[in-house]
Amino acid sequence: MTAYDPIELKRIRWRSRRGLLELDLVLERFFAQRFDALSPAEIDAYKRILDLPDTDFLDVVNGKADLDDPEEAAIIEILRAV
Amino acid sequence: MRAALQLSEAGLKTAVLSKVFPTRSHTVAAQGGVSASLGNSEEDHWHWHMYDTVKGSDWLGDQDAIEFMCREAPKVVTELEHFGMPFDRNADGTIYQRPFGGHMSNFGEKPVRRACAAADRTGHAMLHALYQRNVRANTHFFVEWMALDLIRDADGNVQGVIAMEMETSEIVVFQAKATLFATGGAGRIYASSTNAFINTGDGLGMAARAGIPLEDMEFWQFHPTGVAGAGVLITEGVRGEGGILRNSAGERFMERYAPNAKDLASRDVVSRAMVTEINEGRGCGPNKDHVLLDITHLDPEVIMSKLPGIREISIKFAGVDPIKAPIPVVPTCHYQMGGIPTNYHGEVVVGGKPVTGFYAAGECACASVHGANRLGTNSLLDLLVFGKSSANSMIDFIKQQPLELPELATSDVERSVARVERLNKQTNGVAVNDARSAMQRTMQAHCGVFRFKDMLAQGVEKILEVEKMVQQTEISDKSSVFNMARIEALELENLIEVAKATMISANARTESRGAHVRDDAPDTAETPNGRDDANWLKHTLWSRDGNRLEYKPVNMQPLTVDTIALKTRSY
Ligand SMILES: Cc1cc2nc3c(=O)[nH]c(=O)nc-3n(C[C@H](O)[C@H](O)[C@H](O)COP(=O)(O)OP(=O)(O)OC[C@H]3O[C@@H](n4cnc5c(N)ncnc54)[C@H](O)[C@@H]3O)c2cc1C
Repeated sequence: MTAYDPIELKRIRWRSRRGLLELDLVLERFFAQRFDALSPAEIDAYKRILDLPDTDFLDVVNGKADLDDPEEAAIIEILRAV
Repeated sequence: MRAALQLSEAGLKTAVLSKVFPTRSHTVAAQGGVSASLGNSEEDHWHWHMYDTVKGSDWLGDQDAIEFMCREAPKVVTELEHFGMPFDRNADGTIYQRPFGGHMSNFGEKPVRRACAAADRTGHAMLHALYQRNVRANTHFFVEWMALDLIRDADGNVQGVIAMEMETSEIVVFQAKATLFATGGAGRIYASSTNAFINTGDGLGMAARAGIPLEDMEFWQFHPTGVAGAGVLITEGVRGEGGILRNSAGERFMERYAPNAKDLASRDVVSRAMVTEINEGRGCGPNKDHVLLDITHLDPEVIMSKLPGIREISIKFAGVDPIKAPIPVVPTCHYQMGGIPTNYHGEVVVGGKPVTGFYAAGECACASVHGANRLGTNSLLDLLVFGKSSANSMIDFIKQQPLELPELATSDVERSVARVERLNKQTNGVAVNDARSAMQRTMQAHCGVFRFKDMLAQGVEKILEVEKMVQQTEISDKSSVFNMARIEALELENLIEVAKATMISANARTESRGAHVRDDAPDTAETPNGRDDANWLKHTLWSRDGNRLEYKPVNMQPLTVDTIALKTRSY
């Protein structure tokens, strides 16, 4: 794995604190189990997902909606599985 | 954001600090709606809304503030509509309204449709509408800034806050003519909470450290069935469809507590039974700290069709498929009724007098409109009404002030910086996670939905022990940029103030009222349901200094109508 800007990683970690408990719980597990193994491109995709409003983000994680971008959809698959 | 909008539109230079992007505040979780007696679907009146709110509060709410809120409700909701809030609509274009628990017509006669919603995204839509309006009004947002402490001068006047920019850990003073806290609730003091991680009661911690007492902190609303260990709610519809609560012996224990209604008994009866089972050692799991909600006997088809989402929640957050195994559940903290004491003008009031330059609104404030128990949809209303009224008070106050800011008092700044320094330098300390989970477990076990005299007394001792842990927290990451460990340690210093206030206030209040229910409060003719008006019809004020408790009378005098006289609260 190529190094990702460590400052950016910390920003991403904070921005994964959300307004909805369900997202907090899912993202906490995601960081504990999966995040460290992501490639820089995957982290980029995750960063884009973080720009979603919380309600849309949760709908996607719950499988009520899908994302078009294949890289983002792949991250969502991980989030659905953790 | 409601207050900021009012201030910016009045032409004042307004800074909003937020730990997260403003539209990701916890308000985003609110789905049910916001109440207002618009009467769009059937006849309604603010006076009926007022009656319901006083009754809901178990008469602990201040009737002047409640009248003010219910009268203002139609105005602030209509304003919000004009700000672009996409409310659900009737065919005739008016705002669609639906019924919600506790909201009745004609002084408690029958349910009334009073809740206004934007699909199941009311809170989200409200945040967006207000944010957009604020951007247009040139409100200056400081996003990912954490306020650390309040600044008061030698006379106690509030001069602003000390805040930390998360990106750099730089600590900066925001001096202001008027300061408003709208920092939300502190539901994370409990092990099981529906609140997002961000709800750490920072405003309450800052106020307490600055010598401002906290009001009625013993009153917390709980929901009977949250997923144990996670807090995500399992709707009461599950019991409606035949879900059964069981203890560690597999026994359907509700048969003993409510032989007729059984698992369909009211919320408080169910919560009380669950806690009694756990306390008497019949809880489940390695820590015997929850009970089980069993739907394995239901037809999987029924589960899928009548209870959508429950299976997913259970699999995701409890790790069990409810078709095959029961769901671990526990009464779960939801809403904080108490807070920073204010009047209905949004001014923070201490010793009967406003604290110059200091205002509070929303879940962190106690006006007090929710008293001992909040009605659903009244809290989003509280944000709108008191956000606006506090901003109006601020505008009036600022107009009277000289143009120049006064000289900054430095002692609070030094104290705050020293607090961060202590954390940075601590060695051989306590891990933040350990201290936080000790606090959460203590609160859950000793001061939960149903309370026992001995447990509360022990709880006071335990929480003071936990406080010592919090004073010695240590972080291994000392870096400056987005240091989440430091932020969480500072948040914990706020949570512990709320936890102490809650435990100590609850231990002292020997009656049952609203959401504060004690096993030892006798149900007699003079004290129906344990409510003791002769001795306890008063607000608690907890001060951090010496954990002192004082009390102040409930304001029973509305602004224009007659007092809503004391009655037994029954639905
Ligand atoms: C699941 C759920 C559903 C609900 N549904 C409803 C409903 O349908 N109707 C209803 O009326 N109520 C509902 N409620 C209650 C209601 O949502 C809350 O009471 C309300 O949203 C609180 O709003 P607030 O503005 O006070 O705080 P929040 O929305 O929590 O906002 C607090 C803000 O303060 C900022 N902040 C906090 N500390 C600091 C600091 N130290 N420095 C800088 N910024 C800080 C945060 O970043 C955030 O922006 C619900 C609650 C829950 C948990």
